[in-house]
Formats: sequence, structure tokens, C-alpha cells
Amino acid sequence: MTQTATQRPVHWRPARVAEVREETATTRTIAFDVPGWPGHVAGQHVDVRLTAEDGYQAERSYSIASPPDGHRVELTIQRVPDGELSSYMCAEMRAGDEAELRGPVGGWFVWHPEESTPVLLVAGGSGVVPLMAMLRERARAGSTAPFSLLYSVRNPEVALYAGELDALARDGGGLDVSLLFSDAAPEGTTRPVGRIRPDDLAGTGLPAGSAGRAYVCGPTAFVEAVAGLLADHGYDPSNVRTERFGPTGG
Amino acid sequence: MSDGEYVDGNAAAGMLAEAFRTEVSTATVTCGNCGRSGRFADRHVYDRGPGLVARCPHCGEVNARMVRTPTDVWLELHGSTSWRIPAPPA
Repeated sequence: MTQTATQRPVHWRPARVAEVREETATTRTIAFDVPGWPGHVAGQHVDVRLTAEDGYQAERSYSIASPPDGHRVELTIQRVPDGELSSYMCAEMRAGDEAELRGPVGGWFVWHPEESTPVLLVAGGSGVVPLMAMLRERARAGSTAPFSLLYSVRNPEVALYAGELDALARDGGGLDVSLLFSDAAPEGTTRPVGRIRPDDLAGTGLPAGSAGRAYVCGPTAFVEAVAGLLADHGYDPSNVRTERFGPTGG
Repeated sequence: MSDGEYVDGNAAAGMLAEAFRTEVSTATVTCGNCGRSGRFADRHVYDRGPGLVARCPHCGEVNARMVRTPTDVWLELHGSTSWRIPAPPA
């Protein structure tokens, strides 16, 4: 494991919102400038702390969406009904606002660009965020490791990064992207709508099990289901790295 | 907080990293109840209260409780029998 980004002391650092981009009707990407940011590895997390004028503080952990890029750290935040911080960040936060970031954290659900092992990424909903960091890092580093993304979403309107994923897949170079629509699919989609199933894994073109590694991120129930499918497909559980977030995110 | 609303161990990794001065989501935790070992990242973390609670994903035993005060991080670990933390060569 590369130690540089995972063994440094971790403490709160002041950050400023550099840019806000709307992704979908309920999701936005917030780019922070974090002076002194030690760098991160694709797949890692960061804690965000906001302080209200009356001193009230709230903090949550988010996956980093961007590849390592100097002092820049991008998070894609989904608004969730009971999410105190996500509601605020999705509705109110704008360029120039201040926050504090602590991280990066996480040394298991990470991908290093020097690895050449074939990789299967399986995302459920906004679980695509840390996997997107891996795809962006792969492109940034010019890696030719075979990658396949299975991205399960309810419908095209809530699919994150759709244009960018299209472009990355069109560039070739061993990346295969499949969107799996569970509720409603665009016209012309041949796959029947529905949850991820064994056929979806067989269609990725990656060798069954054997040398491949899988990263699975999504709601708990999704991750448990996919971990079962991967085991049936021949993946050694030690090559399956999972990350669950709660039913409401935050 | 209702039952089932947990996240994985990474949600607690920031507070732990601050306390231990190193990355601990890859630490191997042995549960004090069922005796099974696994990565801290796989604990079920309940983080909607004033502190954090990390439970064994197999038996539900509370393996760790953590609270951050303005000056300290408090850890209560009696529900785990060991923590094996990767350490770079000395």
C-alpha cells in the first residue's frame, strides 16, 4: 500500500468553496480549495464540518469524487430528507463559503493507478461517487488496467456524471460502462428494467472471478446483494471491497 | 436514531485517525463477544448521536464507542479483544 496519503496526521483544515456544479435535480458537486491538503488516493473519504453563526457545529463523512489534484477536493452531495448537512450543502452552499475538512481517511476502499489488475466497479445510486474518483484517476494517470463499471440507477434523470462516463467509455482504452436502470430506462434500452442480476455481471467482459478485483459501493442492501452475486460469479471474497452507506446517506 | 441506520467504518475513520495519528480503517478488530476478526472499515457505525458507536457486523456487539470533546478524543474499547493496526516499518 502506498503510505504517503494514508499515514499522515489527520486534522481539521480550513477550506473554501471554489465552485458549485449542479449534477441532477437533487445532487450537486462542491469543489473545495483546501490549503495544505496532503493529497489523497481515489476512493478515500473526508469529513466535512460546518459551523453556524451561533457556534453550532455539524460534521459528516463524504466520499471524495475527484482524483488527486493539488489542494482541490470535490464532493458530490445528494440531498436526503433527513440529512442535516446534505440539505444545507445542496440548497445553500455557494462559492466563497467556508468549511473545515478532515482527511483523507480510508485505506481499504482505494485504488492506486500503478495497479494493473482488472477491476470491476459496481455502484448503486450515489455509491458511484468514490468509483468515479477511481475512473477519473485512471484517466488522469493514463492507466490501461481493464475497468468495467456497472452503475445501477432508478432512471436516467438521477444518473450522475452521465456525459463524462460516456466520454470516458468512448475514449476506449479498456473501460466498459453499463448503466442498469431499475425503474425506468431510456427508449431503445435492450436490458429490461430491474435490479442488478447475474446476467449483468456476465456481460462485463471481465474474467469470472480469477484475478479480478471488485469495488462495490451503495446502500447497504445493494452492497449485500452484489457481494452475493459476485461470490456466485466466482469472485474470491478477499478480492471484493465493499463500502456501504446507510439508507439515508446524510 | 432508528435501528438499521448505520454506515460503514469509514465514517468513524476521521475521528480515529485524529486520535491515533494514523490510518485505522484497515486495522483488524477482534470482537469481544463472538471472537470474529475483521477490518474496522467493515464495522457498522452509528453516527447520529453525540458520539459514534461501532458494532461488530456479525453479532452486533459494541466494539468501540468514541466521543470528541473540544480537547480530547475518548475511546471506549472493552467490546473488542484486540486491534491490529498496520504500522510502517520502524
